Amino acid sequence: MMARPRREPGGLGLRPTPGGLGSRLRGILGIGPTPSEATWEELEEALVAADVGATTALELVDATRARIGADASMAEIRSGLTEEIRERLDRVGSGRFALGPPPAVILVVGVNGTGKTTIVAKLAARLSGEGHGVLLAAADTFRAAATEQLRLWGEQLKVPVVAQRPGADPGAVAFDALAAAESRGIEVVIVDTAGRLQNKTQLMAELGKIRRVIERRMPGQPRHVLLVLDAVIGQNGLAQAEAFAHDAGVTGVVLAKLDGTAKGGVAVAIADRLKLPIVFAGVGEEARDLAPFDPAAYAEWLVSG
Amino acid sequence: MFESLSARLQAVIERLRGKAKITEADLDVALREIRLALLEADVDFRVVKEFVARVRERVIGTEVLEGLHPGQQVVKAVHDELVSILGSESHSLQLDGKPTAVMLVGLQGSGKTTTVAKLAVRLRRQGKRPLMVAADVYRPAAVDQLVQLGDQVGIEVHSRPLGTPAIEVARSGMETARQRGHDLILIDTAGRLHVDEPMMDELVRISGAVTPGETLLVVDAMTGQEAVSVARAFHQRLPVTGLVLTKMDGDARGGAALGIRSITGLPIAFIGTGERTDGLEPFHPDRLAQRILGMGDIVSLVERVQDTVDREEAERLAERMLGARFTLEDLRSQLRQVQRMGPIGQLLGMIPGAGQLAGAAQQAVDDGQLKRIEAVIDSMTPAERRHPEIIKASRRRRIALGSGTSTGDVNRLLKQLSEMQRVMRQLGSQGPKGDQALGRILGR
Repeated sequence: MMARPRREPGGLGLRPTPGGLGSRLRGILGIGPTPSEATWEELEEALVAADVGATTALELVDATRARIGADASMAEIRSGLTEEIRERLDRVGSGRFALGPPPAVILVVGVNGTGKTTIVAKLAARLSGEGHGVLLAAADTFRAAATEQLRLWGEQLKVPVVAQRPGADPGAVAFDALAAAESRGIEVVIVDTAGRLQNKTQLMAELGKIRRVIERRMPGQPRHVLLVLDAVIGQNGLAQAEAFAHDAGVTGVVLAKLDGTAKGGVAVAIADRLKLPIVFAGVGEEARDLAPFDPAAYAEWLVSG
Repeated sequence: MFESLSARLQAVIERLRGKAKITEADLDVALREIRLALLEADVDFRVVKEFVARVRERVIGTEVLEGLHPGQQVVKAVHDELVSILGSESHSLQLDGKPTAVMLVGLQGSGKTTTVAKLAVRLRRQGKRPLMVAADVYRPAAVDQLVQLGDQVGIEVHSRPLGTPAIEVARSGMETARQRGHDLILIDTAGRLHVDEPMMDELVRISGAVTPGETLLVVDAMTGQEAVSVARAFHQRLPVTGLVLTKMDGDARGGAALGIRSITGLPIAFIGTGERTDGLEPFHPDRLAQRILGMGDIVSLVERVQDTVDREEAERLAERMLGARFTLEDLRSQLRQVQRMGPIGQLLGMIPGAGQLAGAAQQAVDDGQLKRIEAVIDSMTPAERRHPEIIKASRRRRIALGSGTSTGDVNRLLKQLSEMQRVMRQLGSQGPKGDQALGRILGR
């Protein structure tokens, strides 16, 4: 694989997005000394523009209003809104990922093209960097060359990869991987799965089956089921989180591709309405580009980025 | 858990039923729901604002047309406005060069590689000799992915050894096509962020080297409010000619396309559905309009049914579906045609409110339950098939015995039938009159 040309990093916490919510907010908040009805409406619109969703945006604005009172200053509105967002993310445990005592199995799920395989590799890099033995299971046996993609990552990270032929039963791959990890004394297994749209009943049922195979082979596992969401996702993200939570028992969300201008604001709605924590943020294509999700920084970025 | 928008919209429309004139207050209520529906469908917020204002202008004070009630008139205005933004005809590719280069570009994970294979299959069917060019030199195993897809569909793939710059891969692909008599090359490029300047520069250089006849921007149907900035950035740097909207077999409403179309003017060339290489369809503006509004896609459904079964049969079926006179005999004859029609879940997914049913039906196909259902129906008498309500305990036992199933299976089937009838009854009542709406759909 070739290295991409380097570029100035953007995205979460790294550089403000030109024309983003922050500058919009500053524009809005510059209108007058006290907020008018129009100000609140524009505030709501700015949140919608960050993909927070119309319903959640309205709730956030109303909550901010209730929190700071009608005659608050613009700065107070801004910090009040940031605080509302941060709290919603924080109270469901966002950013607090504890691997737990060994062994630990992490199942990685999501729709097609969100960056699951890359996140699996980044997680592997992170955990092996922390001194854990890690093994990867290539349970995406469907997409052409998905297994090769994971193998290449394995070689680069010097992490073993358990795979079978294309079209093999993904449950069997997971089973093999657990057995291999056990016999080699490896404590962390990360299972990559095929992308599936959440309205495909049969594929969602397959995910449930993979989960059950793991449960039976290793009671108490998978301890973590991470849903990978693309930061560019719109309101369908909510439907995705709901379906994967129901069928795969998602324990946390990874917000991938946060290095662009997309903010993935639907994550706020997911945390708030589905009570799912956002645990990691993916911010690039290299193995080290994975950070624990920081609710305060993210809320700040949403409002001032 | 979340109230469906189409249901809410439906409620608003119902409230307006029976009024002779649309008042401003009525309209406010309706437009508020429509605004929400559009935003939840990921239509760009600026476009929504403008859109709602235009619909208001269009509707306010107008007399209610004969045959429509006010709510329907609002929806009609919304629908017409949507269709007019989306454009009236599908985009047809300009492929006159010898060979013509078609470049596919887009964000990571939007579905470029899969779309390249689908497009190659489609164009081959139209008599072209495509060559697929693997110019994603960054993502691990991207080249392998295209090579494997090429093997599956029997279409040649041009690739260069690891470390070859993308522009070289594209250029040599063009050369290879010329030498081997291909009239078309489809270039798969690496996914990239629209704000990644060095990577965008690379695309500009590739484009300059091969002068593509078509540059298609591949956009995931689930994309949110960022869609317009993305499309604009690609459009500014490259001679983008059209959009491919992918993953439309999901349940995202695809409102991103409306924003892109409205702001950049780019036509939507194709719709991608499913992971199979035949899942690429031409774009129909009216269908997407209905989908964005959450009104289902009855037109598509009827057309697809027509493709597979004969027209008379389709009319009879659709009439029965909408009239809720759907019996076990209809179900059986349908089961036999289902296999020919392709994924039934996809088919039923087009019916408003039939999402649950779609899942169950797909499951049934997968588990070979269809055979069992057919056996249960076969074991009934004609009277039982037409009037399942007469099936009581002893008949149930007989049917179960006769079909080698259990009374549980028989019960389940009967329950499913009444559920289907309920959904279809609702469906039928959504138009002015079920049969009238149907007449409009079929009477073209």
